[in-house]
Amino acid sequence: MSDTILVIVEQREGKLNRVSWETLTAAQGLAAETGWSLDAAVAGSGVASLANEIAGKKVARVYAIESPKLEPYTADAFAAGLKQVIASKSPKLVLMPHTYQVRDFVPKLATAMGRAVISDCVGYKRDGGKLLFTRQMFQGKLAADVSFTGDPPWFVTFQNGAFRGDQVEAGSTAARVETVNVEIADAVIRSKPQDVFKEAKQAVDLTQAEIIVSVGRGIKEQKNIELAKQLAEALGGELAASRPICDSGWLPMDRQIGSSGQTVAPKLYLALGISGAIQHIVGMKGARTIIAINKDSEAPIFEIADYAVVGNLFDIVPPLIEEVKKAKAGG
Amino acid sequence: MKQVPQKDAPLKLNEAGTWIREDVSYEVNEPDAYALEEALRQKEKHSGEVVVITAGPARAQQVLREALAKGADRAIHLEDNAFVGLDAANTARAFAAAIKEEKFDLIFTGLQSDDYGYAQTGVVLAELLAWPHATIIMQIEKTDSGIKVKRELEAGYFQFVDMPLPAVLTIQSGINKLRYATLIGIKQAKNKPMRKVPLGEVQSAIGANMQKIERLYVPQKTKKTEHIEGSPVEIAKKMVDKLRNEVRVL
Repeated sequence: MSDTILVIVEQREGKLNRVSWETLTAAQGLAAETGWSLDAAVAGSGVASLANEIAGKKVARVYAIESPKLEPYTADAFAAGLKQVIASKSPKLVLMPHTYQVRDFVPKLATAMGRAVISDCVGYKRDGGKLLFTRQMFQGKLAADVSFTGDPPWFVTFQNGAFRGDQVEAGSTAARVETVNVEIADAVIRSKPQDVFKEAKQAVDLTQAEIIVSVGRGIKEQKNIELAKQLAEALGGELAASRPICDSGWLPMDRQIGSSGQTVAPKLYLALGISGAIQHIVGMKGARTIIAINKDSEAPIFEIADYAVVGNLFDIVPPLIEEVKKAKAGG
Repeated sequence: MKQVPQKDAPLKLNEAGTWIREDVSYEVNEPDAYALEEALRQKEKHSGEVVVITAGPARAQQVLREALAKGADRAIHLEDNAFVGLDAANTARAFAAAIKEEKFDLIFTGLQSDDYGYAQTGVVLAELLAWPHATIIMQIEKTDSGIKVKRELEAGYFQFVDMPLPAVLTIQSGINKLRYATLIGIKQAKNKPMRKVPLGEVQSAIGANMQKIERLYVPQKTKKTEHIEGSPVEIAKKMVDKLRNEVRVL
């Protein structure tokens, strides 16, 4: 088995998902660390131009994995097609971004090959001869260094935002692009996907907000949302929430921040009673300043907060609204 | 379904630093609660039977009791401490072995667990059973040829997918509104069947874990955090000062 790292990037409708670059950055770092060679692959129907785009980066080879059956995406076709490529190229390590699409097919692919996936990793390290992958556990309260104990190929997925996509190294010359046509029988694909759509047009575009006041479970009851709303209004900001609040119908879905909602980077993100589950953090960690108020001193949100207030939000928010109003009135 | 430590429970590491100490409060994994609710709703619409299954030590039975009280018809408990330490592949293998005599049309799992967070077990199980699957499901409708499901994609996008039965679906939180168990439900639950599956019954299906937690630890902070302390009014005044002079949004 050759010691090769294979990065499988993600594309949708002919465009590379930007987390692909993050995974490529991670892979370049791993290649430098291990001395293994680095190949990349993109799968779909008519992906030659995307393969060429990746070939400009510092990689040894790029595979354009082609089949008309790969469009539209199905887990069945992707697992079948990628299995052929991985079986023939025998990489030691297979890296992918931890997107909803990858989550949909990679456990199937690895199982079909009798292998394991270390999913949703945020980093890697070498410890002696062992390659360790760091992942968050217990909603980010703890971290774990995880090793593979079985045979390669080893599958790893990296969390959105764990690496910097803009740090991907360009190559000195364009890498060789190799087209790999995969055969996928009709019977393999059991589900029929329809077109992708967006629910209603989003009423609020939180990505443009400079100040966001966001509420989590700590708000306890629907009627308490009003308190957060008053603070948002006093600050001249938008009101947002973590997923459970929108799931409960206390705020509309279009105010949700996180992996399944909007990704924001405001000047100020004020988190009220938000514990900071990974799925939420990926949507707001780009904020310039994060203030968190939470009664649980161990809440993961404090890991990324610039200012931390350990306390009861119902005690702190009312005087805060008054002080903000005073400050505004005083100019 | 899975039993996981309560969301705000303080976690303590074991001496080896490889897992948490068992003396915490547990609750049902939240996405699994939505998966159960969806199963109950499908049964109410189309009739049939809802079976709940979990793997874990004796304490995990609580999850099944609650599910039976909410309306599930019977339960299967893969009961052993060893199940806690299985990776996603082995957990799925154990479930597949435990249900091999069953004839299910649909298997629901939560989309991921709040402890490990693998987001893999349901999909692995589908592959082991050679069934189709779909992940992060927000809606399920019966059709003439099987089911039509609504998948949640990223950034507010969705997609409908038609698929045949039997199938495995991983359910997203918020697909429905959770119900509470009724008093009569809790009473009836006591008489509902609960099949216990000891480790020995599924052991031959399980292999060595293919991944290992070498070390579990409190993550290192990457950011310098300033704590603001005092009485609520003092905190409010200090915060406004920061907002004005450092964050510069006032």
